[in-house]
Amino acid sequence: MLGYGPVVHDSMNVRLLLFAVLQDIVGSSEISLQLRPGTSALEVWQTLRQKHHQLLPFPAPPMTAINESYAPPETVLRDGDELAFIPPVSGG
Amino acid sequence: MNPDQTYLTEDPLSYTDLIGSVMRPSDGALAFFAGVVRNHHDGKTVQSIVYEAYRPMAEREIGRIMEDIRSRYPDVRMAVRHRLGLVVVGEASIVIACSSPHRAEAFAACREIIDRVKQTVPIWKKERSESGEEWVGWQGAAGEGSIRETR
Repeated sequence: MLGYGPVVHDSMNVRLLLFAVLQDIVGSSEISLQLRPGTSALEVWQTLRQKHHQLLPFPAPPMTAINESYAPPETVLRDGDELAFIPPVSGG
Repeated sequence: MNPDQTYLTEDPLSYTDLIGSVMRPSDGALAFFAGVVRNHHDGKTVQSIVYEAYRPMAEREIGRIMEDIRSRYPDVRMAVRHRLGLVVVGEASIVIACSSPHRAEAFAACREIIDRVKQTVPIWKKERSESGEEWVGWQGAAGEGSIRETR
């Protein structure tokens, strides 16, 4: 019956990794996320921004990596993905 | 390419070991670059730098860079090591050695490796000075100035 009773949503699990200044702001190096299917990396960033006001000036993440490769922030995540927002790098 | 190759290490970097790993009897040129921790940045006195990496991705990203450069400079033998953890003034944070029969390719490959490592490899440095600790590199991300560490 449509529209009645509890709606059971599918959900997917994504690991969010945080490094350097982002790790300090969020206060954690890794967060397990349960997301509705179709969620993009950018939407995860928007949620993060709303929780951590220091990120409000940044409407887009500096760089996004999914499963250890750079990807556009609009990329839709999949169950089991490892997501990382990469602050501007300063190695070398 | 050896998939087990590790480019990242917590140990002090040896210039001579790296050079020894690339030199062949057919090589007439060696280009070597070391990035060294200096004692100043933006007018502040720097005491040391702590390097942190998204380690598996940094290994892969350096591997991709090396593979690409190797395909365009097939005569160059190249090696790179980046240090993680605490690195004090005067110590190297990165060493790169490129050998080849002639100098032009060795210089070009060496220069490209350091430039690209600095652009895309997920490694970050935190500078320690008398005024505290500060991550380097967020500046310019969105033209809003830097996010400063409050610790």
